[in-house]
Amino acid sequence: MLYINCPHCGMRSQNEFSYGGDASVKRPQLNKEISDKDWDDFVYNRKSLRGKHLELWQHISGCRQWIKVERDTATHEIFRTFKADEEVA
Amino acid sequence: MTQAFRIENGGLINREKKISFKFNNKSYFGYEGDTLASALIANGVHLVGRSFKYHRPRGFFGAGVDEPYAVVQLYRNGETEPNIKATEQELFEGLEAKSVNCWPNVNFDIGAINNFLKIFLPAGFYYKTFMWPKSFWYKIYEPFIRKAAGLGVASTKHDNERYEHKYEYCDLLIAGSGPSGLAGAYAAAKNGARVILAEDKPRFGGSLLTSDVNIGNQSGKDWAEGIIAELKTMPNVVVKNRSQIFGYYDHNMLVMSEKVSDHLPATKKYHPNKRLWYIRAKEVLISSGSIERPIVFGNNDTPGVMLSSAAKEYLKVYGVLVGRKPLVFTNNDSGYETAIEFKKHGVDPVVLDTRKNPVSEIIDEAKNLGINIKNSYVVVAAQGYKKVKSADIASISEDKKQLGEIENLQCDCICVSGFWTPTIHLASQSGNKTKFKDEIDAFVPGVSKQNETSLGAANGVFTLDETLKTSFKAGSELSKKLTEKDNEIAIPNVVEKKSSQHDKFWCVPLPKGKNYKRFLDFQNDVAVSDVEIALREGYRSIEHVKRYTTLGMATDQGKTSNLNGLQLVSEIENKVVPAVGHTTFRPPYTPVSIGAIVGREVGKHSKPTRKSPMHEWHEKNNAVFVDAGVWLRPRYYKKGNENLFEASKREAKNVRTNVGVCDVTTLGKIDVKGPDAAELLNRVYTNAWLKLPVGKARYGVMLREDGIVMDDGTTTRISENHYHMTTTTAQAANVLSHLEYYLQLVWPELNVNVVSTTEQWAGAAIAGPKSRDLLQKLFPNSDVSNEGLPFMGYIEGDLFGVKARIFRISFSGELAYEVNVESDYGNFMWEKIIKVGEEFNIQPYGTEALSTLRIEMGHVAGSELDGRTIPYDNALEGLVSKKKDFIGKRSLQRSAFTAEDRQRIVGVVPLDKQTSIPEGSHLVKDDKAQLPNPKLGHISASCWSVEYNNPFSLAILKDGKNMIGQKLFAMSPLKNKVIPVEIVSSHYVDPKGERVRS
Repeated sequence: MLYINCPHCGMRSQNEFSYGGDASVKRPQLNKEISDKDWDDFVYNRKSLRGKHLELWQHISGCRQWIKVERDTATHEIFRTFKADEEVA
Repeated sequence: MTQAFRIENGGLINREKKISFKFNNKSYFGYEGDTLASALIANGVHLVGRSFKYHRPRGFFGAGVDEPYAVVQLYRNGETEPNIKATEQELFEGLEAKSVNCWPNVNFDIGAINNFLKIFLPAGFYYKTFMWPKSFWYKIYEPFIRKAAGLGVASTKHDNERYEHKYEYCDLLIAGSGPSGLAGAYAAAKNGARVILAEDKPRFGGSLLTSDVNIGNQSGKDWAEGIIAELKTMPNVVVKNRSQIFGYYDHNMLVMSEKVSDHLPATKKYHPNKRLWYIRAKEVLISSGSIERPIVFGNNDTPGVMLSSAAKEYLKVYGVLVGRKPLVFTNNDSGYETAIEFKKHGVDPVVLDTRKNPVSEIIDEAKNLGINIKNSYVVVAAQGYKKVKSADIASISEDKKQLGEIENLQCDCICVSGFWTPTIHLASQSGNKTKFKDEIDAFVPGVSKQNETSLGAANGVFTLDETLKTSFKAGSELSKKLTEKDNEIAIPNVVEKKSSQHDKFWCVPLPKGKNYKRFLDFQNDVAVSDVEIALREGYRSIEHVKRYTTLGMATDQGKTSNLNGLQLVSEIENKVVPAVGHTTFRPPYTPVSIGAIVGREVGKHSKPTRKSPMHEWHEKNNAVFVDAGVWLRPRYYKKGNENLFEASKREAKNVRTNVGVCDVTTLGKIDVKGPDAAELLNRVYTNAWLKLPVGKARYGVMLREDGIVMDDGTTTRISENHYHMTTTTAQAANVLSHLEYYLQLVWPELNVNVVSTTEQWAGAAIAGPKSRDLLQKLFPNSDVSNEGLPFMGYIEGDLFGVKARIFRISFSGELAYEVNVESDYGNFMWEKIIKVGEEFNIQPYGTEALSTLRIEMGHVAGSELDGRTIPYDNALEGLVSKKKDFIGKRSLQRSAFTAEDRQRIVGVVPLDKQTSIPEGSHLVKDDKAQLPNPKLGHISASCWSVEYNNPFSLAILKDGKNMIGQKLFAMSPLKNKVIPVEIVSSHYVDPKGERVRS
């Protein structure tokens, strides 16, 4: 079970969180023309990365905040975690 | 009955307390502190089972967790558990056990015929043979394999035992209480670290219980007892026996199974049978020791052949002799330790040492005791069927290829030692890259990936002196980092005998003209010849060899066989062992009861049960409940002998004619507050929200980004910046997360807060033509006229002194209201409604009537919003704004979603107006068409229309828009029904929606 450092609450076990997918996906702006391909990329197409992956988790049984977690998908190593509004450098 | 093989004195058992038990229906006795294995051996019982494939007789091979043979079916307090290792099961009064894998009994096993047919059962036999003819599989092969291959029998009864889960955190977790574990734990504890020390056996001390050593001027065993006693007094230390750490998971999470009650005749009241510990440790010390490995020779599976360390343990811990004419076969000094113990107890062993001229303190002691030692000698084959009677032995040449003249030596057991294999399972599970250590011919932990440190024998260190030094140091340094305390400990003086180098020899060659089975894996009957076949047939990867031959599989997971298997593969392949590599070590290290893994979350505890504040009233009024998500909701209220169908019809009819009340507390409720609340709703729902006035409710549909309907519900504007959103019962949690996602990540600029208020409000839906009259009586001071509270209107009212929210919304299609009060007043509200409603013939209605009412109105619910439908499919396209953008809108342009013949909701009526259509039935054009019959749609919900008094269903049908009036067939192969039907509008009752506005 992963041990995730919630930037709001501290170290918490994985069973308090729910997974939210790739954090690098940006929702297209509302009311803007968008091509079929770009929309499909946003809705469906995800890379199944091996290695470092920035992903979303929600601390659903805790502070309910969505956070960003930088995790290695092969080793499960967690490098850094960020608040939702924090820029990832 | 006398215990012929129990020595007079000695051992750690309690001879004051006799314990009687039964094995294969025969009564025996042993002593408190015995295992089932030690008690059976004391009684001279060596035949405990039959092997997996050839049904060869099986005895005891080890004395603990590594045991491959002695797997029994256990009976305890009316329950039965399969696959229990007799070497681990502690004896308790009244224990009953039976052999498994033999029929009709262990002494005469028909399956042993496989033994004579063994030429037909080599590796891969099942794979190759049972492939054809295909039709034979289910009727002949499969039942045969099942009968022959099973180990124990699982109980089919409900398990009345209780299992607990526990979460724990610590600085240092120490796996194993041998010398290294004790030293590491003690040093860490002295530095104030929070320590958990786990031992899988009942007794602490590990190898110190059986080895002849001194620590700090006391015996190893006494030293261990002293350390444990001191650790137990320390508040920062948890010491647990009968507790096996079986898995090392990510981020230093380890799982331990504590056997709380298995050693007792019955579980004590309020105690669990087992307790599963999830332990998050900052540092882990792996002091899991090592397991002796066998030397491979002919018929080496005969009962009476066992590990030399096991023989020593039976003698020193249990006071039991495994034989009176022992033969010790060794390639290292460990065998001598066993021989010396035999000699000390008046039994004369013979030692065969594969080495030519070894010299060490231990060997000197054996010689001084006058033990008969034969150097450069091997056991060629064991003789005897159900028990060793003698051994064929021979000298062996220096290159270990040529055998001398075969001699026969009388003996009743063969104690074999092929040196030691570090138990690296936990380290390997943690991701540690193991490495091969040539000096000990075994893998040891290498580079750590997590915070773990292997110590002592588990790390390939076999001297006590070095083990203690490194373990004290590790415990001290790791804890110092965490506690910043440094209490120095004087490392005690150690007296141990020095050993000489072991011999790499591991497998006795076959003598000319003999074809003995030489087993590598005892539980699965994998012989040297099987691995040879696998390699000859082209299996190269050790993982493939394992699966083809089953080497190292089953309940012992090859604890005694893996390394010899690797030796063999490396020899045939002409590689070194590290080039072959080992198979992956996966948790669990030992079998874990499914019950322990499941814990308390069984049956009705598998999810929380939520009840509305009116639950007790429902119970008192004969409600029959149904699970709705995690909620319990009244399905119907039983009157007299009514069944579900009759009761729900009555309740629904009463709503259509008088007035009914339904508990709708379970609906999801979300408070949406903030200056941008309207903007959020406008983006989340498909319809427009910016112009909804205060005091008005609106029905909305929300989509996922892929255009599929996620949920529906009404949202009411309570005040300027305050909205009350409702969701379906099932989707409440998802919708909240969905809103939080967009507010926190996508549109953080929106100034809105959302919070679940599901449990803060109790809700009652009042529906029916007389509902307004009732409402007026409930709220005499409010104007609830059609003008004062129009359809989709909202007011606040005073319900006999309780503040209430009144919504004029309808799910039933009738004139209807929903009243909410704070949860604590839920029952008060309910009772008032029922009381005041008496004069209007009010009746409560359950979810079944609720469904009936919504289905005949064509209102969609979860069975239509099933994660596969878009607004159009549900005839909700009128709610999809063309002007504004919202979540999922762009996806609605996908060609499949805009196709002319897109599926759409329709009503379905059976032509005979009698036959109810099973939900899930498929709609087809031709009921006689060849299979697969093209499916046009499916029945999503069915009811008995109380309006028209005939069955009515909703369906999602391809090109539903143009199908009205068509005749189709509803087919349910499951219920074996074919029903001719007519397609009608989904709005079966009141298609213009006049009633809700009346």
